[in-house]
Amino acid sequence: MSERTGNSPAGVRSSAIRSVADVLVPLLVLAVLLATWQGAVWWWRISPVLLPGPGAVLTAGWKIRVSLLEAVWRTALAALTGLSLSIVLGTLTAFAFSQSAVVRRAFYPYAVLLQTVPIIAIAPIVIVSLGRGFSSVAVVSAILGLFPIITSTTTGLLQVDGMLLDLFRLYRASRWQTLLKLRVPAALPYLISGIRIASGSSIVGAIVGEFFVGDGTPGLGSMIQRKSASLVLSELYATVGVATLLGTVVFGFITVLGETVLRRRFGMSLGGRISGPRSGD
Amino acid sequence: MAENTAIYSLRDAVVHFGDPLRPVLHQISLGIPRGQFLTVVGPSGCGKSTLLRVLAGLQSLTGGQLQRLAGANSAASGGGPAAELRAGFVFQQPALLPWRTALQNLRLPLELGADASEDERLLSLLEQVGLSRADAGKRPGQLSGGMQMRLSLARALARDPQVLLLDEPFAAVDDFLRMKLQDSVRALHDARGLTTILVTHNLQEAAYLSDRVVVLQPSPRGIVADFSLERSCLSPAERRRAPEQFEFLQQLSAALFPS
Repeated sequence: MSERTGNSPAGVRSSAIRSVADVLVPLLVLAVLLATWQGAVWWWRISPVLLPGPGAVLTAGWKIRVSLLEAVWRTALAALTGLSLSIVLGTLTAFAFSQSAVVRRAFYPYAVLLQTVPIIAIAPIVIVSLGRGFSSVAVVSAILGLFPIITSTTTGLLQVDGMLLDLFRLYRASRWQTLLKLRVPAALPYLISGIRIASGSSIVGAIVGEFFVGDGTPGLGSMIQRKSASLVLSELYATVGVATLLGTVVFGFITVLGETVLRRRFGMSLGGRISGPRSGD
Repeated sequence: MAENTAIYSLRDAVVHFGDPLRPVLHQISLGIPRGQFLTVVGPSGCGKSTLLRVLAGLQSLTGGQLQRLAGANSAASGGGPAAELRAGFVFQQPALLPWRTALQNLRLPLELGADASEDERLLSLLEQVGLSRADAGKRPGQLSGGMQMRLSLARALARDPQVLLLDEPFAAVDDFLRMKLQDSVRALHDARGLTTILVTHNLQEAAYLSDRVVVLQPSPRGIVADFSLERSCLSPAERRRAPEQFEFLQQLSAALFPS
């Protein structure tokens, strides 16, 4: 009877097939969707003023590629600034929430407000305090990203296995030691999945921010606004498509980065759970 | 009971969780001499795990008294455990930190106590519990369930404890592995003269391992039997088959299930 375990080659192969399928199947769905769209535009001879086909959208996107790239760069910069801000503020808030039930009870409702207050409503406040421009856009983006990070990280810091807490009590660990050596590492998968959700929100925040608190410098949001006013639908679709692509790329990048860091440095996965005990073999 | 050599001494210990009329432990008195291998058996809900947690200082008493070592007194309600008694604790599950390697998991008790970490001693500890030095750099996720349990046992020994507390540590492993782990625990007790207190619901395990078995029934009955198991010195394999083993088992069954 062996007490050893290892990754069987078959297990590795099947998981590789699964991750290829994870990419291929959604791409297939996209291809079918685009083909149907293009086919419908041809079949019913829909006017490009009403609905441009994917081909026309791609052509339009290529035509305005320089200004699109510039807009992507600006919006991405604002979103990443906002995301970084929400990571720092969200993590600190989660630390405070994890240390005291009183603090948690007193301030959690206000954290929920971050999620529910419409951005249009706080836009004037942001403009009054920061003026229109990049920093206001970044702040709106941070506000949208903050909530997922606070909830996810707080859950992670609090949801520590009772046996592990007993272990730390047994050795008379201080509150600080328990936070640094147990709660923080145990919460890492939660923090990363919080960041993952916040990354999407922060891009939405940056685009919407440009609508309401931007100074009109070309970002994806102001570009969408301009294109929809000028009724050049193919260019509007191209801009919206690029904005979606940006969100997907950032989400994917953070997922891969997070998974890699967790696996390499901490031997954990993004399932949101610490690997539990296995039965003996 | 020789009170002066007792490492633990409980007098009229009471523990309840909120409702004084339904205590988990009721008027338990028990002295545990240094160097003994004591096993507490009893049905689910008899409070045996709570008893162990009281001894470990993880649960404070609602009433009565607990003395750790001679003279080290802790007040009934305060429950501040005496600092000088070092206890190692093995939980029902390995309870390892998955982000730390085996060696880093072993270092944890020393880090928390701000003790100097001597890797050489910790590595030899790995070998004592049946792991190899090559396992030191592996994470728990790369170890089997049995190896995780061994690592957990090694961690309980990392601060060179005077007493080893085991809370049904072999409940989740299969029979073969359980027998191997039992032999490891008994060997550690014999080699170090380590006071060992085991909580289990497995009568065979109790009869095989212990010098003394206490039978606990749910409160208000408490401790209903207290056996000393005198045995002829035999190798582990012979011990499992020895006729006295069956005698012990019958005595324990009779105490747990009186006809």
